[in-house]
Amino acid sequence: MTDHTNAPTFAQTPRIKKRNAAEKRFKGYGLTAIAIALTMLVILMGTILTRGVGAYTQTFVTLNVDLLESKLDKAGTRDPEAIAKVTTFGYSPLLKAAMDRVVAEHNIDTGLKSGDMAKILSKSAVSQLRDLVLSDVSQIGTTVKVKFLANSWIDGYLKGRVTRDSIENNKNVSSAQLDFVDALRAVGVVEKKFNPDFIFGADASDQRPEAAGMGVAMAGSFFMMLVVLFLSVPIGVAASIYLEEFAPKNWITDVIEVNISNLAAVPSIVFGILGLAVFINYMHLPQSAPLVGGLVLTLMTLPTIIISTRAALKAVPPSIRDAALGLGASKMQTIFHHVLPLAAPGILTGTIIGLAQALGETAPLLLIGMIGYIATNMPDGVSAGLFDPNSAMPAQIYEWAKRADPAFYERAWGGIIILLVFLISMNLLAIWLRRKFERRW
Amino acid sequence: MSFVKTTVSAIALTALAAGTAAARDNVQVAGSSTVLPYASIVAEAFGENFDFPTPVVESGGSSGGLKRFCEGVGENTIDVANASRKIKDKEIKACAEAGVTDIIEVRIGYDGIVFASDINGQNFAFQPADIYTALAAELPVDGKMVANPNTDWAAVNANFKSQPIQAYIPGTKHGTREVFEEKVLLAGCEETGAMAAILEINGGDEDAAESACMAVRTDGRSVDIDGDYTETLASIESNKDGIGVFGLAFYENNTDKLQVATMSGVMPSTESIAAGEYPVSRPLFFYIKKAHVGVIPGLKEYAEFFISDEVAGPDGPLAEYGLVSDPELAATQAAVSAEETMK
Repeated sequence: MTDHTNAPTFAQTPRIKKRNAAEKRFKGYGLTAIAIALTMLVILMGTILTRGVGAYTQTFVTLNVDLLESKLDKAGTRDPEAIAKVTTFGYSPLLKAAMDRVVAEHNIDTGLKSGDMAKILSKSAVSQLRDLVLSDVSQIGTTVKVKFLANSWIDGYLKGRVTRDSIENNKNVSSAQLDFVDALRAVGVVEKKFNPDFIFGADASDQRPEAAGMGVAMAGSFFMMLVVLFLSVPIGVAASIYLEEFAPKNWITDVIEVNISNLAAVPSIVFGILGLAVFINYMHLPQSAPLVGGLVLTLMTLPTIIISTRAALKAVPPSIRDAALGLGASKMQTIFHHVLPLAAPGILTGTIIGLAQALGETAPLLLIGMIGYIATNMPDGVSAGLFDPNSAMPAQIYEWAKRADPAFYERAWGGIIILLVFLISMNLLAIWLRRKFERRW
Repeated sequence: MSFVKTTVSAIALTALAAGTAAARDNVQVAGSSTVLPYASIVAEAFGENFDFPTPVVESGGSSGGLKRFCEGVGENTIDVANASRKIKDKEIKACAEAGVTDIIEVRIGYDGIVFASDINGQNFAFQPADIYTALAAELPVDGKMVANPNTDWAAVNANFKSQPIQAYIPGTKHGTREVFEEKVLLAGCEETGAMAAILEINGGDEDAAESACMAVRTDGRSVDIDGDYTETLASIESNKDGIGVFGLAFYENNTDKLQVATMSGVMPSTESIAAGEYPVSRPLFFYIKKAHVGVIPGLKEYAEFFISDEVAGPDGPLAEYGLVSDPELAATQAAVSAEETMK
């Protein structure tokens, strides 16, 4: 007999004190770890939001533009084909005239020439005006009120990114132009507004960051996810059911199992190289197509889906199978009527998490030609969506982050917000489905 | 089980559609990241002004683009390769082996390469000799090659204030690196007389002397940047003593963070490069597969539009972005409209 057996149960012996202290310390470590993780998360989210939120508003300049017949339709025939021959370059005199007009209307005193005044507009203004004219040629000869984008430097000035000090050596914008913008702002011609085109629009070239949007890349991501969903779920579920329910336990299935686990850990760029070799060079599928992107991401997602589906199937108690078989159901009936419905929440969760992973993937897209100035045409149907060149959300963000104009940097952060919203909602959906349908035994 | 059936037929349909979906109707371009901004500006304007869809412009570097260009002829290969250097004989040969024989070379203009440092730091006025003395791997000293001993700009040139040598230069996969080596390092090597000294040491082997001139030190004073200029800029922002190599257009978009160094006393600008005064510039090209002209709709129109006066001329949008327009643009226009291939 040792001493401590005689001690009262609740007495604070040194040994118990030591154990309690150890426990407290351990809790402390845990709390610290969580606190560090949360701080990191807050810093990350805070950085993304503060840097990216600017991309959702944009500076607009509202002008009255005289659609002069002498510039757009010299013959006066209103023939749409002849008018279409006037390129976007032919529209810049109209913008200069509109600037002169706004100065006269509001009695603004500026030493700028009309060409320099028109430079506060985005380079997209001419094409916006041309599209407007071509949509209805009868407008020629009238005056229309149009809301143009301001260029990225003016936009940066209204957002505080560009200051008079920072543009000292800049040839893109002068402080006289900023004075002019201040004057226009005072009379309400220039204003900052919410810009839906950032979310729904197409990518723009390096010269007009203000016009770039995420919409087409979003469509590209959507079609890729469609391919992933339609291929990886049936293949993954079928493979898991076979492996889990039918396959004999022998060395071949062991090898397959090890390989699936290994595939899940293969770096995604490897799948990109494979996709380039097999889908593009061998099968001759088009380059930069969301179909190929989807196929590559399917390969990447399959192991994740197979592993989570097998885990879900394993979690269904054998008694359910035994009961069904005992009542005379065939093996297939047992699986499809009883096991699969019970495993469905787990399978769904695994699928959604796999899709979310695929949605954020950039590396494999690099090799199949989905990064660059690509997301320019909104696909007008399923076939175009699958086969026409397009980019994807993470690829578009990567592309923006590389470009020279600092305004693209803001858009890259703005794009990350959109991507995060998608990822978070997909993960929430997965959690919700699991909570709602999961059964415990 | 109808779900399984539908999916299987959906997969079959997709595969079928993949087989029949031929006839690509957009021009596909890939290559140099230096040319990418210009190509994207042209592609955008092309899509706006013509009935053809906007061409697709991918990056991937001059070598990467030309490699894909030389993969063969056909709809699943690219039509145009952008390059910030001339195509090499080796690449022309690889092209020919894959059946890409008729190549149209188009020079779009010139691009300046500038040295820039942090806006608040020292203002540099470089000679190629300074860069060579600061960044060469080995320097000839008293008849022997010794590892570059310079660690401070003041030791390189007495006119500079003391500042540790730290340079961020383009990695070897960039076309810019070649220009840097030839127009700066090699020029500096000859200027300082190091070339003659090296020839004396190695017994007159000119090839070996040239590669010795262009070898960059690897002791961490010079860092290869394999990414884009944004990465170089980030490096300079984190190390204020750094000197980086940039394209002129990139510098002009970031004048609030960078100050540019003069080279041989000339301030880099589109004007000084066009006049041939600023020494570090290089021509930019794109290459067209002649076999695709007439097959891919809009290919020739794209090429002609790219080098038209209103786009690539001195007052065009490309010049505005930073391209130095080619004084011989008219000859290039004539060559493209006649579809003249390389010999």
